[in-house]
Amino acid sequence: MADYIEIRWHGRAQQGIVTAAKVLAEAALSEGKYVQAFPEFGPERMGAPVRAFNRISSEPIRLHGQVANPSIVLIADPTLIGTVDLAEGTSDDAVFIVNTPKPPDEMRKKLSLNKKAKVFTLDASAISIECIGRHIPNTPMLGALAKATGVIQVNAVINDFRENYSKKYSQKVIEGNLSAIRKGFEEVKEG
Amino acid sequence: MKKGWKETPIRGIILEAGSAHGYSTGGWRKLQPTLDRAKCIDCMFCWVYCPDSAVIVENGKMVGFDLEHCKGCGICAMECPDKVKAITMVLEEEEKEAK
Amino acid sequence: MAVETKHKCNVGLTGNSAVAYAMKQINPDVVAAYPITPSTTVMEEFSSYVADGAVDTELVTVESEHSAMSACIGAAAAGARVMTATSSQGLALMWEMLYIAAGMRLPIVMACVNRALSAPLNIHCDHSDSMGARDSGWIQLYSETVQEAYDNIIQAVRIAEHEDVLLPVMVCLDGFITSHSIENLCLIDNDKVKGFVGEYKPNQPSLLDVEHPATYGAVALPDSYIEARRQQSEAMKLAKDVITDVGKAFEKVSGRSYGLMEKYRMDDAEVAMVILSSAAGTSKVAVDEMRKRGAKAGLIKPRVFRPFPYLEIGEALKNIKAVAVLDRADSYSSFGGPLFTEIRSGLYEFDKRPKIIGRVFGLGGRDYGVHDALAVFEELLRIKDTGKVDKLFDYITVRE
Repeated sequence: MADYIEIRWHGRAQQGIVTAAKVLAEAALSEGKYVQAFPEFGPERMGAPVRAFNRISSEPIRLHGQVANPSIVLIADPTLIGTVDLAEGTSDDAVFIVNTPKPPDEMRKKLSLNKKAKVFTLDASAISIECIGRHIPNTPMLGALAKATGVIQVNAVINDFRENYSKKYSQKVIEGNLSAIRKGFEEVKEG
Repeated sequence: MKKGWKETPIRGIILEAGSAHGYSTGGWRKLQPTLDRAKCIDCMFCWVYCPDSAVIVENGKMVGFDLEHCKGCGICAMECPDKVKAITMVLEEEEKEAK
Repeated sequence: MAVETKHKCNVGLTGNSAVAYAMKQINPDVVAAYPITPSTTVMEEFSSYVADGAVDTELVTVESEHSAMSACIGAAAAGARVMTATSSQGLALMWEMLYIAAGMRLPIVMACVNRALSAPLNIHCDHSDSMGARDSGWIQLYSETVQEAYDNIIQAVRIAEHEDVLLPVMVCLDGFITSHSIENLCLIDNDKVKGFVGEYKPNQPSLLDVEHPATYGAVALPDSYIEARRQQSEAMKLAKDVITDVGKAFEKVSGRSYGLMEKYRMDDAEVAMVILSSAAGTSKVAVDEMRKRGAKAGLIKPRVFRPFPYLEIGEALKNIKAVAVLDRADSYSSFGGPLFTEIRSGLYEFDKRPKIIGRVFGLGGRDYGVHDALAVFEELLRIKDTGKVDKLFDYITVRE
């Protein structure tokens, strides 16, 4: 029925997934797409599990409401496995992108996913500490998303981040995040 | 006939300044203040305390009361200094009969 | 986040950012507000415009919503163009002042970011807050999308200040669903917005007009009170045409048309749903799906709830076989939600009228999905075929 892609982000508060969903929406918008980005609001305490959502389409999006059946799930914190139902509502062939140093096969088992599911991993935490000096894995995850799915071009993410966040952050933070996006793109592994 | 809703100013606004002056509160009076001019020392206490600005002062002298607005509350008589007591409150009818 | 972009006609903003941006473009004289979820970011962003000197607004930070509306009333009576924003308990705390703003005929524009009322405590979307204020004398516009919220705020200024109207306007958008969701929208150029809203010139002496002294808020005894209220009722009646005219004028600057309601696939519809705000979008997806299945489904989304366009909606529904009115608020009449009772009452004017049901949905942010809308349409088809209504009033999206 739907001519749009639905994406769900899982993380913990302060890991930047709400911002990641926002950057993704802005980048897709700059490519001429129709977008939605919205967080799920609950107890907003550092460390609490949070979710954020995207819809991306080539047509105007009329649908409002929760994303129930995402085709792409991004997990910014592997310690959520077992705490939160990360595969909820997903189809057999959904894409999972997990922030972890471990190989995709191990994550497939941990998440109890079947063979049709596409599982990608990258050590976004290590990349963010290396590039930004802080544990904010959101921008490497965006790079990985661009590589793994093609839902967005990596250059669109880079350009959006540079254009829209230069006023908010210092040049050093911007550059750090841009290299984090690139590294995420380069280092993501499929399994 | 009072104006209908199409003619009255909207929002219950009052466009005339000091329109309260046109509202005759003298009709509320049961007791009326009377002045004994011989005793009055023109201290102006009554003028200060009168809640209706109904004490008439001319050339620095207290000369009487604006009975259109005096509600007969008696504050003037109360505030008139104890050693003076130039104002007495009397029943409205008695005052009328006396005249 | 505040935006300054080259591509003004294709930006991604949350509903609250779009409202704050519209306020920036309108550049009101006074804004008085007290923050409350989910409307908080409207004022958060607008206050950054004030701090940056992007607007000339006097921002009054107060200690409560009651004070916020009081300050708005004082400023508006002094002849200022005034705006504010609130939600839920904040709107509830403004209650007595809402009536005063309307009774004093002050063209205040307020964004109401719809949120449930306590108890139980809940920060998510439903329409209990604004529906509770439906009889306060404010004009109410409901917005489906971020774009509509932005457009409605701009139009609200002209509607409120029109000399036939002079009433406060509440622009409602769904808490979180619209307020915190980034969507595509087209912004209007600053000059065009400025030209559209024009300069506010109060048509009666304001409190600061010392040449023409006036008393505002004086007592009106039984010999004059009802005349003032009768005028207010007339203004609300006249507002309907003003809203339509402002919508037409707005189309000329924006290319987007607005009326009293939106009709979706109603031309040959046999069953129809009436629903407000963001849930109308979700329901349109369901209408399309029903059409694919061969059912003649349609939808009406009222944009204006006060004044209520009885005859227009009645006219649009009279030939439908079965209608469902969905309310995101209960009126606790035990008979139906506020939208339902208005529509059912409006249809009484017509000899031929549809079977009708009322359903309350989505309270406190409970998700309303396409499958929920489809279930309602399926029920309408059953009613159409059998001519029988099993339940006039019920809840959906609730665990039984």
